Amino acid sequence: MRLLFGTLFGLAVAAGVGLGLTYYSLTHGTAFAGLSIESWTAWPKSGTTDADPYVRASIARTGRLPTAMGDGVSFTLSSDDDGKALDGRCEVVVSGITPTARFWTLSLYNPDGALVANSTNRYGFTSQEIVRRSDGSFDIVVAPRANPGNWLPTGGVERYELVLRLYDTAVGVSTKAGREVPMPDVATRSCP
Amino acid sequence: MIIRWALLILGGVLLGGIVHLATVIILPRTATQDAYARLTPIAPVNTVVALPAPTPEKAAMPFMDPAFASAVCRYDLSQGPLKLTVPVSPGYTSVSFYTRYDVAYYAINDRAAGRRIIELDLMTTAQHDQVPEDEEVTAADRLIVESPTLTGLIAIRALAPEPGLMRVAESTVAASKCSTQQPEPPRPPPRPLEPPRPRK
Repeated sequence: MRLLFGTLFGLAVAAGVGLGLTYYSLTHGTAFAGLSIESWTAWPKSGTTDADPYVRASIARTGRLPTAMGDGVSFTLSSDDDGKALDGRCEVVVSGITPTARFWTLSLYNPDGALVANSTNRYGFTSQEIVRRSDGSFDIVVAPRANPGNWLPTGGVERYELVLRLYDTAVGVSTKAGREVPMPDVATRSCP
Repeated sequence: MIIRWALLILGGVLLGGIVHLATVIILPRTATQDAYARLTPIAPVNTVVALPAPTPEKAAMPFMDPAFASAVCRYDLSQGPLKLTVPVSPGYTSVSFYTRYDVAYYAINDRAAGRRIIELDLMTTAQHDQVPEDEEVTAADRLIVESPTLTGLIAIRALAPEPGLMRVAESTVAASKCSTQQPEPPRPPPRPLEPPRPRK
């Protein structure tokens, strides 16, 4: 009887620990083996056959298709440079320049990966639509209310993610954070 | 008594580590909502199907880039190699190849293709081995891609650099084609020359 009870207890611990770890590692981001530059993170290997089991499991769970190496690299952002989670009720400014790429796009999603409804039907920008300064740098204001210049509406949602995709770029598996990959700064300007 | 419980917990945690690794590895093979499964009902095999532009209410897959027009070809190579042709849009066009379990194994863009049209043959390693060597030499500019699995997905995507160019991008992906090549019928062996009949 004691043996049976002990075995059941051990198996319960095993199931709890195992499934808990799996759930946690897939919902809280596979933070390791990524390429982090400032607050932006990319998993260049997710677009190759070298993708590790965690990346593969996360791709299967979310149902997305990863950006393939040779097509481009996608960087995800869920908090600003101070570590504050992106809040759709605040004004967040994305400013600076991007690494060299033939084209890039910046899109806004809710944490499930769906576009966020807004009155202007604008879900993102491409590198050709952006108004820039003479030195090539730009400011994108991510905010619930209209702003002059490059305004990306948040629809007032509580949490969102920004995805910066670089297409036809040299940034890839062998890239290290550094001066060759200048990612835009992200700052929360004002919160109601 | 305490030692007994400590051992049970330790054993449970160790076994839990194995359970964790096993579930992570098995998960892609049991996922019912991965990209391939989501596309199966709308994408017939070996045909290019244009995907509707993602909207906040509905999208074929999560995290689709709204600046792109996209189409997929869900392929099955069991009937033979696949021929893919994708015209190139003025913006940026790319073709990415995924296995059945959504692992990207190859991608090519318009600049790498260097032509007005991306044209390639997709086949398994076994099918590639059967391609006669001389044929490969005569068709030196024919691009051959080897698929690690019999089934998979090809994502064809064209960028609309500004919203006004979305129509052009959509017509680009709509004009692409993927189809299985009909295996050429084996040529009849040349008839042996009849010996000249002896004249009478």
